[in-house]
Amino acid sequence: MNVDVKLIDTKDIFTRLFNENRDAIFSGSSEYVNTIRNKALEEFVRAGLPERKNEKYKYTPVNEYFSKDLQHNFSPKKIEFEVAELFRCDIPELDTRVILVLNGYYFNPLQELTTLENGVVFGSLRAAANKFPELFAKHYSQYAVYANDGVTALNTAFAQDGVFLHVPKNTTCDKPFQIIHLLMSNEAQMVHHRNLFILEENSEAKVLICDHTLSSHEFLTNSVTEMYAGPNSNLDLTRVQNEHNRATQLTNTYSHQMQNSNVSSNYITLHGGRVRNNVYVNLAGEGAHNNSLGLYLVDDTQHVDNFTYVNHLVPNCTSNQLFKGILDENSTAAFSGKIHVWKDAQNTQAYQRNNNILLTDTAKMNTRPQLEIYADDVKCSHGATVGQLDNDALFYLRSRGIPYKESMHLLMYAFAHAVLSEIKLQPLRERVIELVDKRLRGELSHCNNCKMKCQ
Amino acid sequence: MSENNKILNELTQSDYKYGFVTDIETESIPKGLSEEVVAIISAKKNEPEWMLEFRLKAFRHWQKMTMPKWAHLELPEINYQDIIYYSAPKQSAKLNSLDEVDPELLDTFNKLGIPLEEQKALAGVAVDAVMDSVSVKTTFKETLAEKGIIFCSFSEAVQNHPDLIKKYMGSVVPYTDNYFAALNSAVFSDGSFCYIPKGIRCPMELSTYFRINAANTGQFERTLIVAEEGSYVSYLEGCTAPQRDENQLHAAIVEIVAMDHAQVKYSTVQNWYPGDKNGIGGIYNFVTKRGICKGDFSKISWTQVETGSAITWKYPSCILRGNNSIAEFYSVAVTNNHQQADTGTKMIHIGKNTKSTIISKGISAGFSENSYRGLVKVMKGAENARNYSQCDSLLLGDKCGAHTWPYIEVDNKTAIVEHEATTSKIGEDQIFYCNQRGIDTETAISLIVNGYAKEVLNKLPMEFAVEAQKLLAITLEGSVG
Repeated sequence: MNVDVKLIDTKDIFTRLFNENRDAIFSGSSEYVNTIRNKALEEFVRAGLPERKNEKYKYTPVNEYFSKDLQHNFSPKKIEFEVAELFRCDIPELDTRVILVLNGYYFNPLQELTTLENGVVFGSLRAAANKFPELFAKHYSQYAVYANDGVTALNTAFAQDGVFLHVPKNTTCDKPFQIIHLLMSNEAQMVHHRNLFILEENSEAKVLICDHTLSSHEFLTNSVTEMYAGPNSNLDLTRVQNEHNRATQLTNTYSHQMQNSNVSSNYITLHGGRVRNNVYVNLAGEGAHNNSLGLYLVDDTQHVDNFTYVNHLVPNCTSNQLFKGILDENSTAAFSGKIHVWKDAQNTQAYQRNNNILLTDTAKMNTRPQLEIYADDVKCSHGATVGQLDNDALFYLRSRGIPYKESMHLLMYAFAHAVLSEIKLQPLRERVIELVDKRLRGELSHCNNCKMKCQ
Repeated sequence: MSENNKILNELTQSDYKYGFVTDIETESIPKGLSEEVVAIISAKKNEPEWMLEFRLKAFRHWQKMTMPKWAHLELPEINYQDIIYYSAPKQSAKLNSLDEVDPELLDTFNKLGIPLEEQKALAGVAVDAVMDSVSVKTTFKETLAEKGIIFCSFSEAVQNHPDLIKKYMGSVVPYTDNYFAALNSAVFSDGSFCYIPKGIRCPMELSTYFRINAANTGQFERTLIVAEEGSYVSYLEGCTAPQRDENQLHAAIVEIVAMDHAQVKYSTVQNWYPGDKNGIGGIYNFVTKRGICKGDFSKISWTQVETGSAITWKYPSCILRGNNSIAEFYSVAVTNNHQQADTGTKMIHIGKNTKSTIISKGISAGFSENSYRGLVKVMKGAENARNYSQCDSLLLGDKCGAHTWPYIEVDNKTAIVEHEATTSKIGEDQIFYCNQRGIDTETAISLIVNGYAKEVLNKLPMEFAVEAQKLLAITLEGSVG
């Protein structure tokens, strides 16, 4: 990654872009959201994009990504096509409510917001901001802290749309929501989009996010997802990232958990040129539990960097992190995980594990599991390994007549299984297992489901 | 139980056992740092031209640097112009026997529990006593000289063995390495030099007792250990400083070079003044320690017990350059009251079939902050590199912090790198078990902590292990709520 990229002053560029397109960016958004925009831009100008010197971004040169010459769109493009015809991300036997997001804009010309019988509202973030100002005042930009974080600040300033989901008190969503983020353009493009999920007390929801690219152009996505899990709520998030090698994706997921809530998130990175997942968790109510898992399968010159920050703010919370990766060819990957136990957050139980397999000499792994603990009655541990497939196990399989390639495949598959088995929806789990299986065999192209076959 | 009683008595005793000032005439130069001061230090030590040039180069480089801020430490601003950079106990002539040594100085060592004469007779340890920067007395020199071993003060080595110094000084820790290494290279006062010739096994454990004595004196030693092919040496470093209110800066450099099949074992017990219960005073310990396994099958092992200093900031490291070389790092770091520690190690695997082991035990009590920070780096050509790291933290009290920041960078698929860390407190059931058998809580904790640190204490030479165990108990005094 030592390519000498001529760094342009990103602060200048984005400030100019913001000022020149102010009307377009502000149009349609609620006043509250626009007020925050201004503050976020100020903060971005102050903090700037993280450089390599920033410990958080030590292994991923985010500022280089943003200094590329990419196009911006501040209004949804009119693309006339039958999306269902072009794209299928279907999961057999799993009935989902599909929400399409095209280049960062909610895509449903007929209905911007849908209200279900049980009171659940989902749809365009922009429309929701206008319709539910109180909810936005309470939750929007409350968890995605942009102070000292140039990436989130930039998103807060620029993101116009995305998905909004509100689950009222004592409600269980019958079907999982499937958010499909599509990128399609006829030129290199930068996209900022934003999701807000609010789960009120005693509610339950399952969300599946799929990230795809539909055209072969260079893309840079910077997305922020804020999730509020009220008392006793249950949120299950699975994100499947499957973009092409010229795409760069930065995701920032913030979960804020109240007492006895349970949030589980699973990040499966199948494909993508450069991926950086920031996972921030605030355990703010006693008895809350968080599960964060990840699986990254990288090859070619792909780069995947998972960053987690689990904040144990109050006593009696538990958290568990498991990230696994298989690195092939010239790929690089990084993992940086932190468990931060605050003063007086007694009876905390927090675990973290990161296991990696290097398949070639040219692949490179950097891992930093970290503990920062200020309370004494805690049980915390972390572990990290970088290694190869077990030669004994390989020998065992081969001595039973299984060919070398198949044995390797079996072992890698078994290695990945620990993460996959945590996906709670059975049909989804089977589908993801199938995708991973194909990916490991090298049969999965990024646009496996796309009929355009553009690459 | 008598040993336990002894520990208890020590627990209830005064704050800092080693807090006293020896009233010896010292010769100091005025406060401040400039090219002139560097030249004065060099002139006072009667150094050759090349040494002065080295110092000035380092000083000019240091001026261009700024103090690093990345550590998890609350560092007060250090005024480098407010430090005396040279202070030497006044001496008229070189001493040949113990009788000629200033009786007050001997008394100081006696208070420390390291009587020179006793050690000479009983322990078989050669002591190069460094008191405020200048070597006062080197014992057992004759015995060592017979084997061809050179063990002397650094300034003596500059005079008598310039070729060796020129060849190895700065070869492991160049003056450009970091801020404090540059500072040390510019102003270092003295230190120890040790050279083990080919095929020699050093017959005794070499040891240096450092003491920071004169008020306001930064202590800047330099230690250089060179182990030639097939040699072996075990080196002990022990430190105690008198109690003082002003903070004192200690920025030393330790360099180790191990050739083919050579083995170097470096042990440290550091119990400098940690400041009082309110976090006032205490030593800043910013040391650059690094060893290079230059030859094939060489081995370097660091063992450290860190109980003192207001701020400890150091990473004894190993560069595994030779094929099949081995590096080890065993550490116990205890912090109490307002002490801060950011310590760990770096293992850089370059050669093939290299192995490194890291065992780190952190214990924090009171309001202290204790961090482990370590890097394991496997370079592209380091086939079959193997690392195992284990970092455990023990928390005694709810106002202290324990942190683990390992960095693992792997660039070779044949590498196997493992890291695991746990953080926990002493189980109530464990204390109850002891209480039940008539052991009071304070003793129980001392017992459990010692057991917890055993893995590392076992690696220390005998004399050190006993002292280290007692130190653990003293440091944790009053931490039981």
